[in-house]
Amino acid sequence: MKRLFLFLPLLACVILGVVFFLSIGREDKDVLPSPLIGQPFPTFNTDALESGAPLGREHLLGKPALVNVWATWCPTCKAEHEFLNILAEEGVTIYGINYKDDDEKARQWLFNYGNPYDLVLRDPDGKLGLDLGVYGAPETFLIDSQGIIRGKHVGDLNARVWEKLEAEYRALK
Amino acid sequence: MNQPLRVFALLLALLSWPALAVVNGHKYHFDDAEQIARFQALNESLRCPKCQNQDLADSNSPVAGDMRDKIYELMQQGKTDDDIENYMVARYGDFVRYKPPFRADTWLLWLGPVAALVIGLLVVAMIRRGRPAVAPLTPEEQARLQALRAGAGSKNEEPKA
Repeated sequence: MKRLFLFLPLLACVILGVVFFLSIGREDKDVLPSPLIGQPFPTFNTDALESGAPLGREHLLGKPALVNVWATWCPTCKAEHEFLNILAEEGVTIYGINYKDDDEKARQWLFNYGNPYDLVLRDPDGKLGLDLGVYGAPETFLIDSQGIIRGKHVGDLNARVWEKLEAEYRALK
Repeated sequence: MNQPLRVFALLLALLSWPALAVVNGHKYHFDDAEQIARFQALNESLRCPKCQNQDLADSNSPVAGDMRDKIYELMQQGKTDDDIENYMVARYGDFVRYKPPFRADTWLLWLGPVAALVIGLLVVAMIRRGRPAVAPLTPEEQARLQALRAGAGSKNEEPKA
């Protein structure tokens, strides 16, 4: 009986091995859980990138939507842009936040690559980004028609990610 | 500039010294040295969400810069350290704190090391208990030990130079 205790270290190693093995496929460790999920989208005062019209939180209400944080200096945003165009064509409502960017470059980008956004909010100094806990573009929030944040995806949106996110989006009210 | 004026300018520069904190080339102006110490301490107690192994003071990622600016702004508004920390946690989550709160999902983090210590002590105690007690030497054994010691002493004695 006592000899069996000698196998304890081996058992411990095997358990650790299993734990480590299971965490290989885990989601990116750089992705932080957002404390904003379930919270109302923060209030803001800014204006539209294209028309210059003043915009506030009330402009994002009324229907479930994606809020996509992007910038022209962000290569991953370029990578996901085509997919956003596809989503927009499918009728998904997408609002954009042009994060710490140059207005002229941003307008040129939308002209060149197409504009999937129902509205683009200017956030030149990243103030709205800070309120949203943005730490790197692109980030995409899911909001419901009441403007409550229901989900968040860090990194680019693509068909694989959308497979998981779409159900969440369709379930929003 | 003549000499006295130059000395005066230097003294003035020294006077303004404690009212300036420089982080990654960005200058922050404060009323006194105590505020600078607070600013530094806050920047060192909060973690950059982008460069995850650096504090805000150390990181030069853009988001860390924005967060430092915000800390400065909140300090100027008279917010306390706790207010500022809570402000960041409300946006970036507990991750930005180096010191996580004690909660249902963090108890292992806090109690794990204590548990490891207790387990270690138990193991040591078990090993010690399993060992047979050492019986004192009998008079014959004592005598033999003395003889051995004396013999070994004379044999190993170094020749004195």
